[in-house]
Amino acid sequence: MTWDWSAIADFMPRFWDGVLITLQVLVLGSLISFTLGLVWAIAFRAPTRFIRWPVNLVTEFIRTTPLLVQLFFLYFVLPEWGVQFSALTTGTIAIGLHYSTYTAQVYRAGIEAVPPGQWEAATALSLPAHRTWIAVILPQAVRRITPALGNYVIAMLKDTPLLAAIGVLELLQQSRLESASTFQYTEPLTLIGIAFVLIAYPASLLVRALERRLVR
Amino acid sequence: MTAGLWQNWVLPGIWITVQLLVYSAVLAAVVAFAVGTARTHRSRTVRFLAGVYTEIFRGTSALVLMFWLFFVVPPLMGRQLVPMWAAVLALGLSYGAYGAEIVRGALNSVAVAQREAGIALSFTPWQRLRLILLPQAVPEMMPSFCNLLIELLKGTALVSLLGVGDVSFAAYLVRLATQESAQIYTISLVIYFVLAFALTRSMKALERRTKRNVGIESPPGLLGGLFAKDPDSERAEDKLAGTAVAGGASK
Repeated sequence: MTWDWSAIADFMPRFWDGVLITLQVLVLGSLISFTLGLVWAIAFRAPTRFIRWPVNLVTEFIRTTPLLVQLFFLYFVLPEWGVQFSALTTGTIAIGLHYSTYTAQVYRAGIEAVPPGQWEAATALSLPAHRTWIAVILPQAVRRITPALGNYVIAMLKDTPLLAAIGVLELLQQSRLESASTFQYTEPLTLIGIAFVLIAYPASLLVRALERRLVR
Repeated sequence: MTAGLWQNWVLPGIWITVQLLVYSAVLAAVVAFAVGTARTHRSRTVRFLAGVYTEIFRGTSALVLMFWLFFVVPPLMGRQLVPMWAAVLALGLSYGAYGAEIVRGALNSVAVAQREAGIALSFTPWQRLRLILLPQAVPEMMPSFCNLLIELLKGTALVSLLGVGDVSFAAYLVRLATQESAQIYTISLVIYFVLAFALTRSMKALERRTKRNVGIESPPGLLGGLFAKDPDSERAEDKLAGTAVAGGASK
């Protein structure tokens, strides 16, 4: 058992391809989860329980079932229903949908932390609902929740290897392909393991710094 | 789906998932308490080493760690790990690192005066931890541990990629056999949901019990608060604080 630096050198082109795909999934997945999470969070506060309960049930269901099974569900079942997506698109949607149920909880907490006086003031000024949300509530909520959202982006980064299961060419899949052609498992796998730590650790430091600045 | 598929693959799959969950939860709990208390140790070296452990295992992906344990460690040690144990080890070590942050946060949240009182009464450090700090810290940990346990349950699905025959793997085989995916994947999602629901309920009961031990009464909730009429802000605040304490741990 020896460490072979030339295997690392051979792996580098694939490695960078993998990093690009991983980051692409991460950015698009985050955007989906931030938007969809906000939709869930606003639906949690809907005036009628006929919206609140189903939304609660659906988000709870998505949140407590494994992302891997959801990936397979979307990847194999959607085509049966006549919707064809590439593996990359399916993976991005799945990861964004899964994490939207987490960000929804974050938004919910952030919105509830806005003092009730703000709602009352908006009502007193007879602002329409969309102005109340966009100009009064959300700007105050977003400030508190940015660090928590950052944490979920990091968590999402660590879940991107799951997409290898449906053949998305992200880091883990690239290392599996490399190993399959060279029979060298140690170097590529170790490299991507370290790569994840090297991306996630500075990111978590950044989130902690944000937390100190924004949340007081 | 025929009864044969159900009996030969899905039911054993559920059993394997439960086994994986129990084993890796036990390992994760041991790691969490050991590393978490080490992070409040008075020696700087111990704190640093425990910190390095958590950052490494929290920083890397559980799936990559699992593949690493399965493909890289055997040549290093000269022996093959059974997939099941590679999976338990990977899940236990990485979720243990998340748990360590919860333990550390809860231990730090116990009032300083409690520790000082322990010192004044000349308790040994071990007695302080066992008799003063932990009884007060454990109820604090319960909600976060409940979330972590659900995450662990979801994490067990990863083992199907190593070929361990859990629910997800059974779903994969059934899909190959029946050429039909909607039904079996819906069923397996529901199985995970039911397992998670049972876990949440039992953790809530455990939480009430540990709280009662230190004299805090909490009212029983209906259906895990899923259908709570209006979301109570206290719980939501807890969640936000929980993610803040966990700091990147909130996978």
